[in-house]
Amino acid sequence: MKFKTFFLQRILAWALTILIGVTFIFFIPRMFPSDPVENMISQMETRSGNMAPEEKDALRAQLRMQFGLDGSLLEQYGYYLSHGLLRFDFGPSLMSYPESVGSIIGRNLPYTLMLSLTSTLLAWVIGNVIGLLAGFRKNKRSSKILEGIAICIYPIPYFLVALVLQIVFAFVLKWFPLQATIQANGGFGAWLGSVVQASILPAVSMLLLGTGWWIISMKSLAGTTSEEDYVRYARYRGLSEFTIGTSYVLRNSILTQVTALAMSLGGVFGGSIMTEIIFGYPGVGTLIQKAILQSDYNMILGCITISIVAISTATLIVDLIYPFVDPRIRYS
Amino acid sequence: MKKFWKVANFRLKTGLIVTLIFVIIGFVVYFFPHKDPFISNSYPNNLGASAEHLLGTTSLGQDVAWLLVEAIHNSLMIGLIVATIGTVVGVLIGLLAGFAGGALDRVLMIITDTFVVIPSLPILIMMTSLMKGNSTVVVMALVLAMFAWAWPSRQIRSMALTIKERDFIHTARFSGESTMQIVVTEILPFALSWSLSNFMNATLSAIGSESSLAVLGLSPGNLVSLGNMIQWARNYNAVLAQRWLWIGSPIIATVILFIGLFLLITGYNDYQSMKRGR
Repeated sequence: MKFKTFFLQRILAWALTILIGVTFIFFIPRMFPSDPVENMISQMETRSGNMAPEEKDALRAQLRMQFGLDGSLLEQYGYYLSHGLLRFDFGPSLMSYPESVGSIIGRNLPYTLMLSLTSTLLAWVIGNVIGLLAGFRKNKRSSKILEGIAICIYPIPYFLVALVLQIVFAFVLKWFPLQATIQANGGFGAWLGSVVQASILPAVSMLLLGTGWWIISMKSLAGTTSEEDYVRYARYRGLSEFTIGTSYVLRNSILTQVTALAMSLGGVFGGSIMTEIIFGYPGVGTLIQKAILQSDYNMILGCITISIVAISTATLIVDLIYPFVDPRIRYS
Repeated sequence: MKKFWKVANFRLKTGLIVTLIFVIIGFVVYFFPHKDPFISNSYPNNLGASAEHLLGTTSLGQDVAWLLVEAIHNSLMIGLIVATIGTVVGVLIGLLAGFAGGALDRVLMIITDTFVVIPSLPILIMMTSLMKGNSTVVVMALVLAMFAWAWPSRQIRSMALTIKERDFIHTARFSGESTMQIVVTEILPFALSWSLSNFMNATLSAIGSESSLAVLGLSPGNLVSLGNMIQWARNYNAVLAQRWLWIGSPIIATVILFIGLFLLITGYNDYQSMKRGR
């Protein structure tokens, strides 16, 4: 019964977060003085000369309809909620007309999920193992050096690490191509090979940054836990260091790390966008960049709506799993 | 001061020195008379490092060293503006929610929680792409500040909730102090040391966000910031032309600035908890 209340509350919060988020991204652009339709028309004019006024009006009406800018603000909002949010239908993409935004995102999203989920989980596991070792024996020289390295890597922005790796490994050492290319035709083997080759540098750069934080936080958690009375007692009882490390220190400090994982997902997604763009990895990030360059507003709105839904959902999942990991939580 | 230096930990000291060096570059060296580094063709193109041009010149004939000084100044300014707005607004909302309680608290917290969870970068991308590089420094700072207030307001609220129930607050209330007075004289001091650390954190993340947007070409086009400097060097193929001073100096400066600030933050937090422990 209690779990049910917790569950419902959490679901409600999830729905509210998404609703507030998408409402925000719907209304804010409409408060800007710049009108995407007028922008596009003036862009077309600079590209291909002036248009006749009636021609312009027809184009304006056409574009307004495509953008979903017809009708009152409230009607537009309703249309966006019912089509965009509920059916992921954001109309046609303007940069690769007439394909729909939804299907293009559907093609790119798996690449982003693959990259960010794998590197996040790997970073979480590796970082926590190293952090645990470092915190458990925090006075060893090696622990201090490890922490020092982590502290020097963690605060650097994602795109900078990506940029430095690209310069070193793709430009100077020439181990990887400068921009990723995915072999679409040539069979599954060629495709997989090109995906792996395209993913290595982005994954490494995200892994480096992610691991840094988990090492720092786990080291401090494990360091505090190791000084607890029950750990000292376990040691007096003659338990092996391994047992103390895993079932006493690890079990008590890992819980905080699960919550922290949920909190970090938004940042990881932002980092993944930047990393993808630097390496030209074919995910949502690169798609957003292309959409910005070509003023494809439908595409930008689509990508951002989907990323808000995706991150909120991932956070919800981690939050719902949490009570099962921590027996002390009683869904209060 | 001497005593502080004796008890301060290694990280705090290193972080403080590094940050101070950047502050001196950004706010003292910046005011030394020099040609506007943004204007191209002030000097011959692609000069190497020399006594006159410490870091050489760009392929547009700009002095890299002065460009870097200006970039550090502007990036620090953006960070400071955003952190100030974020911290002040965050502390006020957090105190308000914590003390008002009831429906107001619940509404404020739903909004705050949304802003904590929501991915900020995509929304920043959306807003700045609508302005397409035509925004100004102030607009940029305001946009970044929209995501800087939520975390402090949440933390300050929970701080306010725990402090509210302590005895000395009741004493103050019974002796006739108004809520506002209590907040300012009794609670704010508690929140201040946390806010300082949060302020530095917000500075760091604002500089990071601005440079991320710059790499996407979304920062104001005439703003000499660390991110824009990296982006311009990339646009003019500094890597392919192997102009390492041009592309390398903003990268290295950014990395050192971030590590310095981060050391300052963690060192300061450790220092505070050590002081409390005694």
